Amino acid sequence: MTSVADRIAGPALAGGAVPLPIGLAPTVSSAPVSGRELRLDLFRGLALWLIYIDHLPTSLLTWLTIRNYGFSDATEIFIFISGYTASFVYGRAMRDAGFVVATARILRRVWQIYVAHVFLFTIFLAEISYVATSFENPLYTEEMGILDFLKQPDITIVQALLLRFRPVNMDVLPLYIVLMLFLPLILLLMQRRADITLALSVLLYAVTLQYDLHLSAYPNGVWAFNPFAWQLLFVFGAWCAQGGAKRMSRILSSRITLWIALGYLLAAFYVTLTWNIAAMNSWLPRWLEQWMYPINKTDLDVLRFVHFLALAAVTVRFLRQDWPGLKSPWLRPLILCGQHSLEIFCIGVFLAFAGHFVLAEAAGGAVFHVVLHALVSAAGILIMSGAAWLISWYKHSADKSARTKGTIGNADLAGGSL
Amino acid sequence: MRSSSGAILGLTLLAGFTMAAACAEEAPPACQVPASLQSSDSPLPRVTQAVKDAHALNILVAGSRSSTIPSAESNAYPARLQAYLKEGLPSVTVNVSVELQIKKTAAEVAAGFARLLENKKPTLVIWQTGTVDAMRSVDPDEFRAAIDQGVAALQKAGTDVILMNLQYSPRTESVISPPPYLDNLRVVAQQYDVPLFDRFAIMQQWNDSGDFDLFSASPGLNLVKRVHDCRGRALSKFVIDTAHLDTAKQNRQN
Repeated sequence: MTSVADRIAGPALAGGAVPLPIGLAPTVSSAPVSGRELRLDLFRGLALWLIYIDHLPTSLLTWLTIRNYGFSDATEIFIFISGYTASFVYGRAMRDAGFVVATARILRRVWQIYVAHVFLFTIFLAEISYVATSFENPLYTEEMGILDFLKQPDITIVQALLLRFRPVNMDVLPLYIVLMLFLPLILLLMQRRADITLALSVLLYAVTLQYDLHLSAYPNGVWAFNPFAWQLLFVFGAWCAQGGAKRMSRILSSRITLWIALGYLLAAFYVTLTWNIAAMNSWLPRWLEQWMYPINKTDLDVLRFVHFLALAAVTVRFLRQDWPGLKSPWLRPLILCGQHSLEIFCIGVFLAFAGHFVLAEAAGGAVFHVVLHALVSAAGILIMSGAAWLISWYKHSADKSARTKGTIGNADLAGGSL
Repeated sequence: MRSSSGAILGLTLLAGFTMAAACAEEAPPACQVPASLQSSDSPLPRVTQAVKDAHALNILVAGSRSSTIPSAESNAYPARLQAYLKEGLPSVTVNVSVELQIKKTAAEVAAGFARLLENKKPTLVIWQTGTVDAMRSVDPDEFRAAIDQGVAALQKAGTDVILMNLQYSPRTESVISPPPYLDNLRVVAQQYDVPLFDRFAIMQQWNDSGDFDLFSASPGLNLVKRVHDCRGRALSKFVIDTAHLDTAKQNRQN
């Protein structure tokens, strides 16, 4: 499979990567030659795998995911990289073809994400209706009451279409849709005053934390990922792609930054150990706990954001762009998944539903469940990789036929989707 | 999509072969609870005092529907808690009463505490909460404020408090998201130094160890009764250990 993937991916990348305009070249950190940051694809692919594993019921494999080693998790990586690539791709479109065309392309992308979300919601409805009709456990009489929304399918479906009714694990795409809707504005500002745009984003984040801005959800409650807060990561990613990463390179290569980042990561790791190892529960001073907890995911807690920054700083320093491993066939599945993130994300959410279903239906002992769980996780990752390879093959063919007709590949192909 | 379900089916079959081996190793359900979940470092001073001085223990369970079993209330965990406490503390008059707060959020329950405690004078209130808030996805910050207010009201009324969190409910994981509510309950428990009975972690432990199959679609009433019995037993040990009633008893006998 790897040799085929190599053959496919080689020309696909060459065809996809439009040579950079001279003025653009320095905008990406450490001046890429190929125009495609494989590290971004690699980590977005990794984030997708981890999101999939996190969406399955907890198991041994869950211990591999980064949320057990620090404050931030795969969502941060995913949103940041998406901001980076979206800004890179559509920023170029905006420069080359103007605001209107770039906005039109972004809106088309938003529409695709929206359709993907509605598609996932349909699968969710099927799953949950099955649970509602076949599940009769008096232990959970109260919890099952939540399925009452099925008694009003009209309202539920309309609210889902309005992105106000969102089941657990389906919060990322609505967040994305909102962030992408504002991308034209962000890019317009960014291309004139990049630093001021970032400053405005930080300001909005601060105002959100201070005054509790939020979007309400149906039937009650709030969006699980508050777009007013999470925009910070997205805009920060966009800023890095528009030259911010280059301007930060002196800070990033300083030894002091490295030590601060490593120190913070270690401290965060220590704190997560106290959550996970019962004997260590009381190993933190009480004043620190009172100051620090709860670490709020909905509003992108500052501790989470800083943890992501520290992770990124350390990663960028030790994983150079010219690292030969990026071309290794072993990392190819991850990179492919990262290059087709919308499709793979959707497949991942679907597989998590399917995995839940298999694990719930399979009767058996504890050992059996552990084995089955590992199998479901591995199968999911294999399917995601296979699908990414297939999509890459499709795009390669389409791209090739498009080129023979003399049309130019669109922005999605050039810089990865989403 | 079609290929994915096919693959999963194949894997299920494959996994089926390992099942026979796994079944042979299964132990009978013992519903063991790890020591760390079995007691708390936070004190229950009034409970300790009441048992020592008056040989009496009045407990009030304030909870939502998961604190009872429809049609079998005498098998629900509050009744089992009373039975196990009487067994563990033979010389103490134990009385456990239940105040169900069906479909009320933590904020609504907290607002009613002052009134509730006018009539009853319990030594200890076990506040089972979080489920309704998680189902309605109440803003976690508001939830924390409500728990904060409730615990303050209970302490002001002169009772000890044990907080009890949500049930582990694997089948509803795709519609109810417990983590924010679990986290905030832990935060308030730490803040006020009140014990937290981690119902969620304990049930997850039972499910993972194979004591109970909580995924089961229609387990019948028997499983529910056994879960409540185990929970009542764990809770009685939690109260006895946390309030150091074993040593109190020994001191009295000396």
